[in-house]
Amino acid sequence: MREGQLKERFAERAADEGLVDVAYTSADSPFGPLLLAATRRGIVRIGLPTQDGDELLAELAERVSPRVLEAPARLDGARRELDLYFEGGLRDFDLPLDWRLSRDFRRRALRAVARIPYGKTRTYAQVATSAGNGRAVRAAGSACGSNPIPIVVPCHRVLRTGGGLGGYGGGLPMKEALLELEGALRPD
Amino acid sequence: MRESLPPFQALLDRHAGEVLAVLRGAVGRVDADDCFQETFLAALRAYPKLERDDNLRGWLMTIAHRKAVDHHRAKGRRPLPVEEVEEVADARADLPEPDSGVWTRVGALPPKQRAAVTLRFAGDLPHAEIAAALGCSPDAARRSLHEGIKRLRKELA
Repeated sequence: MREGQLKERFAERAADEGLVDVAYTSADSPFGPLLLAATRRGIVRIGLPTQDGDELLAELAERVSPRVLEAPARLDGARRELDLYFEGGLRDFDLPLDWRLSRDFRRRALRAVARIPYGKTRTYAQVATSAGNGRAVRAAGSACGSNPIPIVVPCHRVLRTGGGLGGYGGGLPMKEALLELEGALRPD
Repeated sequence: MRESLPPFQALLDRHAGEVLAVLRGAVGRVDADDCFQETFLAALRAYPKLERDDNLRGWLMTIAHRKAVDHHRAKGRRPLPVEEVEEVADARADLPEPDSGVWTRVGALPPKQRAAVTLRFAGDLPHAEIAAALGCSPDAARRSLHEGIKRLRKELA
């Protein structure tokens, strides 16, 4: 058997034997390749095209487990839903998520972000309030900035008070394009 | 604090080729496929408990060697048909020419010498790592290697 086949087979066997703590694959998107990573609990990390994949995998090895393998099967559902979403054919993701990379206030803020409906936007201040501390606007902003599961946890739907776009890990053009896709950017 | 371990996939990508070459040298091309799976599954099982990451390659080679030994024990035989050896030589340009018959002779060496020679020349391991793989002292590894090479020279002369 060739080396490539042996490696693929190894990934399957490792997954069958419950030895893959973090499975990952890359998926196409209109913005470039995404890196999708999942634990047995659910999606733990999505890397945007602007982010360095190797760095991201090293971080997962350190923070979750070094048993990180390219094992695409576990990501099939996520890949399918993302494809549909980018085509405009899916409004709500129905994927199990693993929140372990966010703690405390950040996790509460991101859970609040996850509840923002498709096509709607909120301000950082509103996210702070939903997370239980209306004054922690800056912390809400940095929670969005550190969102480990962008797109599925839609931090692109969070804007500045007054309507400014704010920031986005994947670059502002991507944020704008996602909002446009969802029909959330209404012309004035 | 220890350096954190790299993602296992990086280890697989970096070392799959040479692990496969060593295993093909040790058990033949066909059985190397199973030994490859056993080697990396065992490595993945033990990986999070590793204390040091400075010699992951030597660690992997050690496991590969053990799997090859287990394989020979299970089959209760010593290898290696000639055709398989030729393909091993194809897989790695720096191995001896297939028609030289060296690897056939290597396969006929006593187990410890065979292992030492394979790890040294197909696995490119230094003496200390060969010793670790064989579970003996570096001196003993050097001796096995030396004896193995001496015997090969005599047979091929």
